[in-house]
Amino acid sequence: MSAERAAPSLRWLEALVLPLANLVLALLLSGLIIRLIGESPLAAFRLMLSGAFGSQEALGYTLYYATNFIFTGLAVAVAFHAGLFNIGAEGQAYIGGLGAGLVCLGLGSLPFWLVAPLAIVAAALFGAGWALVPAWLQARRGSHIVITTIMFNFLASALMTWLLVNILIKPGQQSPETREFAPGTWLPSAHDLLARIGLSFAPSPLNLAFALAIAASALVWLVIWRTRWGYALRVAGKNAAAARYAGISPARVTIAAMLLSGALAGGLGLNELMGAEHRILLDFPGGAGFVGIAVALMGRNNPVGIVISAILFGALYQGGSELSFDMPHVNRDTVVVIQGLVILFCGALENVLKRPLSRLWSR
Amino acid sequence: MRIILLFLLSAACALAEGIKPAIVYDFGGKFDRSFNQSASEGVARFTRETGIAFRDFEVTNATQRVQVMRQFARHGYNFIVAVGFSQASAVEQVAPEFPDVRFVIIDGNVDLPNVESVNFREQESSFLCGMAAALSSKTGKIGFVGGMDIPLIRKFALGYEAGARHVNPKIEVFENMTGSTPSAWNDPTRGAELAKSQFGRGADVVFHAAGGTGMGVMQAAQDAGLLSIGCDSNQDYIHPGSVLTSALKRVDVAVYRAATAARNGSWVHGHVTFGLAEDGVGYSLDEYNRAILTPAIEKRLEDAKRDIVAGRVAVPEYRE
Repeated sequence: MSAERAAPSLRWLEALVLPLANLVLALLLSGLIIRLIGESPLAAFRLMLSGAFGSQEALGYTLYYATNFIFTGLAVAVAFHAGLFNIGAEGQAYIGGLGAGLVCLGLGSLPFWLVAPLAIVAAALFGAGWALVPAWLQARRGSHIVITTIMFNFLASALMTWLLVNILIKPGQQSPETREFAPGTWLPSAHDLLARIGLSFAPSPLNLAFALAIAASALVWLVIWRTRWGYALRVAGKNAAAARYAGISPARVTIAAMLLSGALAGGLGLNELMGAEHRILLDFPGGAGFVGIAVALMGRNNPVGIVISAILFGALYQGGSELSFDMPHVNRDTVVVIQGLVILFCGALENVLKRPLSRLWSR
Repeated sequence: MRIILLFLLSAACALAEGIKPAIVYDFGGKFDRSFNQSASEGVARFTRETGIAFRDFEVTNATQRVQVMRQFARHGYNFIVAVGFSQASAVEQVAPEFPDVRFVIIDGNVDLPNVESVNFREQESSFLCGMAAALSSKTGKIGFVGGMDIPLIRKFALGYEAGARHVNPKIEVFENMTGSTPSAWNDPTRGAELAKSQFGRGADVVFHAAGGTGMGVMQAAQDAGLLSIGCDSNQDYIHPGSVLTSALKRVDVAVYRAATAARNGSWVHGHVTFGLAEDGVGYSLDEYNRAILTPAIEKRLEDAKRDIVAGRVAVPEYRE
């Protein structure tokens, strides 16, 4: 362990070459599956690549999906540094979105510069609030956070369905959705923002939330690695006994880390609701909370790594949907298989190649 | 010669250009043995009869709806069917951008000059199924298992209960929803448990409006030697002798009819509602349930059907 840490070239290998090698393996296996289905793997990957990055619109969609994954990836990573496995980013994002949505619905007449910060704060507060109970139960009662956060995902979804079906629904329609937010509360889209400075960009759901996600990444890096509080968090995560000996309360760290984690997950609601859909609708996190776990794993819980792997997953989502659009034999389930293989190789099996690769390197 | 060939070719192209159809299925997917699949059967029939193939897409997240509709429209598809109420807002967004493309939304309402909104009066078929259940029940207790708790499913429940009370005002109706997430459409284990608990309370007929979850409901009825009622597609064949009847929702007819109209040039925008009068909803009767849906029950149902169509019996509708 310490020997590996000593060699900088090995760290570099671990951070860059290893994920790439895993990605290549996953894609090779996916190629085999596509071949078995009867399509050309090369053509399929070319389609996926151009579908994800080939045009401004494609890029816009890729980054739009990536925005969700950055927020949830950061949420998982912050909890992970405190030694907590937060499986509840999905539910926290769901409730966080509710907070942002309620502000947009209720205060839609206020000017944007007032509504936007309020909505951001509401998303963070609601997300954090949803993480508070599992955090408290873990810190004070020792209830395992994995179990409680999973259960809170179901509670979030039951609560949201009840709210949307019975209370928030726009009258006179089948679909449990609220009315549209007032246009003044929408987060400006990337093409509008760029048009203002004279650049043209194809319309896509990409919006200001992407910039917020990048800012959140920088903030997480600052907090975790450059503040005393972040240090306490990492110490408690590595060794609770040592933390207690050093005068850090692990219980307090647990609660604080989960609050930050939930607040970050709430950011997804900004992107989905204020940025893209402009209404509250059922199930808008769409599994991004769970993808966030893979994103954090692959990005090694480091903000830079998370942004990169979030973009990779955004590309898989967007490129995958292009793929199933253009290749009739490749249906959505095949795309899920490809995404699953990438998660499997880059997340769960990440250490399989570690030994052979480092041996190869040292030779 | 070449000119004639060219002419023929261009004529063929012009004919083929008449309609270039595409369909967007919702989360359930093309083969959900229920609602989406019924739409795909309409597509299959249209393709069989005309040789014109539909392009299709099954969405996996909400953003894809707008994206894929736009993509179809841009690729020259001029007739796009969106299946399911959750696609209404996507149609609302995309349709104005492509005024020359004809859109059809199933189970939703969109007021635009290039959109046809198709809805069904599910409460009418549910009403008849409620009657059939009440007429077949020996215990005076019947059950309902819904999928996800949304207005559409409450509409089924309300019609069912009203139908049952129409026959027997004192009947007891147990009502359960499977869940509040989309996974409630595909949870046969839970469906079976809910049905069993209703049987435990004395129900002897149970109606499901729960998509894939309903498979478990019908299995539980079969295992207990009791009766179930299928939904959307004709499901009588799944457990012959145990599935009393099925509440039919002819999405296939709606899709086929709209596509045919678009091809003949007789397609118009606006709102269409399919009920008993239009044969868009109904109950099933075939060799699989002939033995249990007796002629006496059938006569009552046919009478009620006539009364509903004529407006002599009012079926309550779920409103917000």
